[in-house]
Amino acid sequence: MATIPSDAPVARSLASDRKSGFPWLLAVAFALTLVGSLRVAEVDPRLLVERDALANVGRFVAGAWPPRVSAEFLGLMARPVAETIQISVTGTLFAVLIGFPLGILATSTLMWRGVLHERRVQRRRWLLGLPVYAVARALLSVFRAIPEYVWAFMFVRAVGLGPFPGVLAIGIAYGGMLGKVYSEILESVDPRPLETLQAAGASRMAVVFYGLVPQALPTFVSYTLYRWECAIRASAILGFVGAGGLGQQIELSMRMFQFDEVLTLLATLFVLVALVDFISGRLRARLL
Amino acid sequence: MYRLREITKVFGRETSALDGVTLHVAPGEHVAVIGPSGAGKTTLFRLLNLALRPTSGSLRFEGADVATLSDAALRQARTRIGTIYQQQNLVGRLRVVHNVLAGHLGRWSTAAALASLVRPREVETASAALARVGIGEKLYARTDELSGGQQQRVAIARVLVQDPDVVLADEPVSSVDPSLAVTLITLLRDLSDESRKTLLVNLHSVDLALSFFPRIVGVRAGRVAFDLPPDRVTVDLLEALYAGDRDDEAQLERLRDGYDPFGRACRPLTGFRP
Ligand SMILES: Nc1ncnc2c1ncn2[C@@H]1O[C@H](COP(=O)(O)OP(=O)(O)OP(=O)(O)O)[C@@H](O)[C@H]1O
Ligand SMILES: [Mg+2]
Repeated sequence: MATIPSDAPVARSLASDRKSGFPWLLAVAFALTLVGSLRVAEVDPRLLVERDALANVGRFVAGAWPPRVSAEFLGLMARPVAETIQISVTGTLFAVLIGFPLGILATSTLMWRGVLHERRVQRRRWLLGLPVYAVARALLSVFRAIPEYVWAFMFVRAVGLGPFPGVLAIGIAYGGMLGKVYSEILESVDPRPLETLQAAGASRMAVVFYGLVPQALPTFVSYTLYRWECAIRASAILGFVGAGGLGQQIELSMRMFQFDEVLTLLATLFVLVALVDFISGRLRARLL
Repeated sequence: MYRLREITKVFGRETSALDGVTLHVAPGEHVAVIGPSGAGKTTLFRLLNLALRPTSGSLRFEGADVATLSDAALRQARTRIGTIYQQQNLVGRLRVVHNVLAGHLGRWSTAAALASLVRPREVETASAALARVGIGEKLYARTDELSGGQQQRVAIARVLVQDPDVVLADEPVSSVDPSLAVTLITLLRDLSDESRKTLLVNLHSVDLALSFFPRIVGVRAGRVAFDLPPDRVTVDLLEALYAGDRDDEAQLERLRDGYDPFGRACRPLTGFRP
């Protein structure tokens, strides 16, 4: 069989697939870190089966069964359940409002890199695009580096007890995560349709909405729904610092050693999470 | 229209796709670019539509050195150049109507462009263009549900809507059957004639190029191998152009044997028939 002599691309050096030692170095570093972490974190499975630990677990389990299902207690739960749902929905909405614009500004292929900028005047590219991009990325990092729990703690101090600090905390922490993921989704879309639009003289905004958004939308929606599922769980935790919802109730019952109430509350949380899973699954299936 | 002098384009640090291309194209001219795979034809077109910046050399469009254009002037120049890409480069998830109307984006304000995504504007222009390329009924279909050849025609329809001064078509008929290929090339040619557009086409089939275009530019290894009228493109030149390229050698073989995939739409090739 004849081979095709390759002479078209004038390569300046021989084609090669050089392997560098760098990945090995990283692997060793990773292994060392892992071993170190296990020691520092005092991981010791024996502690779990010691007599004291077992007795404590036993007490918790014995106290939790049967769960409390009195009409009075269930009636009391209606409000926190509604609150939890509201916190997660409103919080996720806030997160989208924060994450989408910041995510766009944190997309390197939109701000300063790639084929959309190949022909831009160099000065503009460095003067405007890059700094805005850097600031957006830094903001997003700060937002998500601080756990929602800590945000809630701060907002409870600032605006008082109740669901509102929970909404703010989820909005900011999840806004940071959404923005980061949005920007990564935007960077990974097929750039060729964008080049085509730009080559026909489309403005930057038109390129975004005709080329980027349609390609990215399904993944956007899917990931945002996933974040909403997480927000339900998170809003339970946030209650522990006084940011409303089921968590506040769980914390109260725990402190009173009412483990039967705790069990009912956890079961309710489970049902809520399962429900949200189901709803977002259906939405995703319809949108994709 | 275009004046290229000693243009080179190097991707990354390694691959030089163009290696000193000098080319002048007058307004209203029709040019076919041919050459083996990897010769740099697509790269050349991406420079001509001002998507890429040459690594060195000078590129003048309408007398202006495009390296010195401001962002606004660059966008203005781009609206006057319509490109049909080799890979269709359409947005698959958008409906056909929006992909075709994208030809208006150089003229529309951003607000108008966004509004059109909700409620398509100037739909008549899109449906007329689609009818011209023979797929009028696909106006509201989702683009990624069309066949490859239908998508190529959507890309042509977009350029019809854009109505530019220069049409750059990178293998616009590579995935349609031979008779439709002839129809579409004829359409592009007549359309350019009508409104005095400059037309540059990359073609994979040599006979199509030789039959429809008064000027043939052969590109090989990032250089212009020849730039001649079709009757002076000899068998030897073509063999040298495609040397080592198996698919295209087979094509030349067929041409030499008198096999004629485009039927009577193509005149016999001088020098190829015994
Ligand atoms: N974005 C890129 N990055 C790196 N190398 C590239 C890039 N685009 C093209 N090349 C290289 O440049 C050379 C010319 O490519 P080009 O696409 O212009 O060829 P072509 O003549 O259009 O080929 P074909 O007939 O197969 O479409 C090839 O060797 C290709 O690998
Ligand atoms: Mg090509």
